[in-house]
Amino acid sequence: MAKHKTPLLDQLESGPWPSFVSDIKQEIEHRYANPKGVDFQVPAECPDDLLGLLELSYVDGETHWKHGGIVGVFGYGGGVIGRYCDQPQKFPGVAHFHTVRVAQPSGMFYTTKFLRDLCDLWELRGSGLTNMHGATGDIVLIGTSTPQLEEIFYELTHKMGNDLGGSGSNLRTPACCLGESRCEYACYDSQELCYQLTQQYQDELHRPAFPYKFKFKFDGCSLGCVAAIARSDMSFIGTWRDEIRVDQKIVAAYVGGEFAPNAGAHSGRDWGKFDIQKEVVDLCPSGCMRYEGGKLEINNKECVRCMHCICVMPRALKIGNDRGLSILIGAKAPILDGPQMGSLTIPFIKAEAPYDNLKEFVESVWDWWMEEGKNRERIGETLKRLGFARLLEVTGTTADPRHVQEPRHNPYIFWKEEDVKGGWQREISDYRSKHQR
Amino acid sequence: MALVYEEAKATIIEFCNSKAKTKSKFYFNDFTALFPDEKGRDVKKILTQMINEEVLVFWSSGSTSMYGLAGAGKHAEGED
Ligand code: HEM
Ligand code: HEM
Ligand code: SF4
Ligand code: SF4
Repeated sequence: MAKHKTPLLDQLESGPWPSFVSDIKQEIEHRYANPKGVDFQVPAECPDDLLGLLELSYVDGETHWKHGGIVGVFGYGGGVIGRYCDQPQKFPGVAHFHTVRVAQPSGMFYTTKFLRDLCDLWELRGSGLTNMHGATGDIVLIGTSTPQLEEIFYELTHKMGNDLGGSGSNLRTPACCLGESRCEYACYDSQELCYQLTQQYQDELHRPAFPYKFKFKFDGCSLGCVAAIARSDMSFIGTWRDEIRVDQKIVAAYVGGEFAPNAGAHSGRDWGKFDIQKEVVDLCPSGCMRYEGGKLEINNKECVRCMHCICVMPRALKIGNDRGLSILIGAKAPILDGPQMGSLTIPFIKAEAPYDNLKEFVESVWDWWMEEGKNRERIGETLKRLGFARLLEVTGTTADPRHVQEPRHNPYIFWKEEDVKGGWQREISDYRSKHQR
Repeated sequence: MALVYEEAKATIIEFCNSKAKTKSKFYFNDFTALFPDEKGRDVKKILTQMINEEVLVFWSSGSTSMYGLAGAGKHAEGED
């Protein structure tokens, strides 16, 4: 039986949604019953005290957690987020309540053995409470004490072949969609690129030297299953530069009702007959499609690769053959200056092993941010402060109409000396030979 | 000019000690500022070696990371 009364938290269980309070209560009972006789290394009452402490925070309207402290295991500057409670006598089970971030496999494919081993490890050396997966994408193990950290790390690395993820001013655990393993829309192997960059940038992941956090996310196409465009400082989004492949016969079959649109995803309700004009052509964001005389035409030059038409008629339309990805920079959450989506920086780049072209780009961006970024400044903020043109310059990217989001607000152009033939110096007599006073 | 480990280490320790009255934790770029002619990556190698020798320790809020001399200020166990 739980030792703390939690009337305020109990109320949270009354709503229509699954409640974390119910989940924690289940773990409280499980730990007190201890059917497998586990020799808990973190007090059995840990989840119980967690709810007790949270109830107290609700009563006081204040947090009882202290921020900061331990960061990892020996030699690592991230992966563990230290948390200490400020009422350890009343809630000894959560005196220490550190979070451990564990790198998730690409595409989150697990064996049941791995999951069982992970749960066994966390039952023995932690609170038993997990978050699969955190907003970062990693496996988040919440609630353990300092002496357990090295033990957990040893088990993870030596027995389970896994590693800690990132936290603090590091490269954070990179995350990708399941890409080519399951999805025909993948324009590059998002899992492989995620894995290769994770391996390449181990030092950046484990030893902090950035002004602030930095996240990579990899979407195989613009449908964005990991929402890279909104959630990562550098987003890799699959795209193509040739043409959408169209099979007119199958388009006709969709129109004739032979195939369900969206692969039947909306079949729970009768939406009426499929209307290609209304459901595809009129919804194309760049207005570059036409359906006339039973033929679908696409002006591929204007297509923005949004994936909508392909999603509606996946048998008839397919991603192009000349594939690669776009790189966007600077998405971030609101803390300073409001939320921001990534800015398109590289419209198209090939993504093939060994990915040297991508690594070169990544490093040029980091060199700039590490030099110019202020402490606790996300790259999206550096970008705003110093200007997008500066990013293009330091990465050796040629400006392109696709970089332009809207017309200039300011009609003046300030030339730099190196952009002007002959610099700021001129021979006044040359000028006067053409222009009278 | 390449960094010599022992010299760079001494500079870093001296810097941390000179600030000891007001600060026990430092941002990465406080150290790069000590070596204006060196690449950030080379300064990082020195810091990493000092971490491995347990002269320096990391500190983090969860979102931001800092470096400090082992035993200076509040750290891990003494977090109160
Ligand atoms: C294709 C030719 C031209 C274009 C596209 C152009 C465009 C512009 C623009 C965008 C502005 C700024 C408006 C603003 O501040 O809101 C401007 C201002 C001005 N333009 Fe032009 N202009 C052209 C030719 C000329 C010529 C030939 C002259 C004079 C011989 C001229 C005289 C001025 C003056 C006096 C201003 C106001 C400057 C100020 O108040 O700061 N423009 N022009
Ligand atoms: C008044 C209460 C709190 C405030 C104002 C607060 C504020 C913050 C802020 C501003 C960040 C940085 C987020 C970012 O950079 O995206 C952060 C990160 C974090 N906080 Fe808190 N926090 C509070 C309580 C807590 C508590 C009670 C816990 C856990 C027991 C916690 C765990 C974390 C973790 C794990 C992170 C790192 C998240 C990440 O970097 O992805 N915080 N917090
Ligand atoms: S982002 Fe695109 S490629 Fe990746 S899983 Fe989602 S739909 Fe498929
Ligand atoms: S992918 Fe999007 S932009 Fe391109 S043709 Fe289809 S609907 Fe239009």
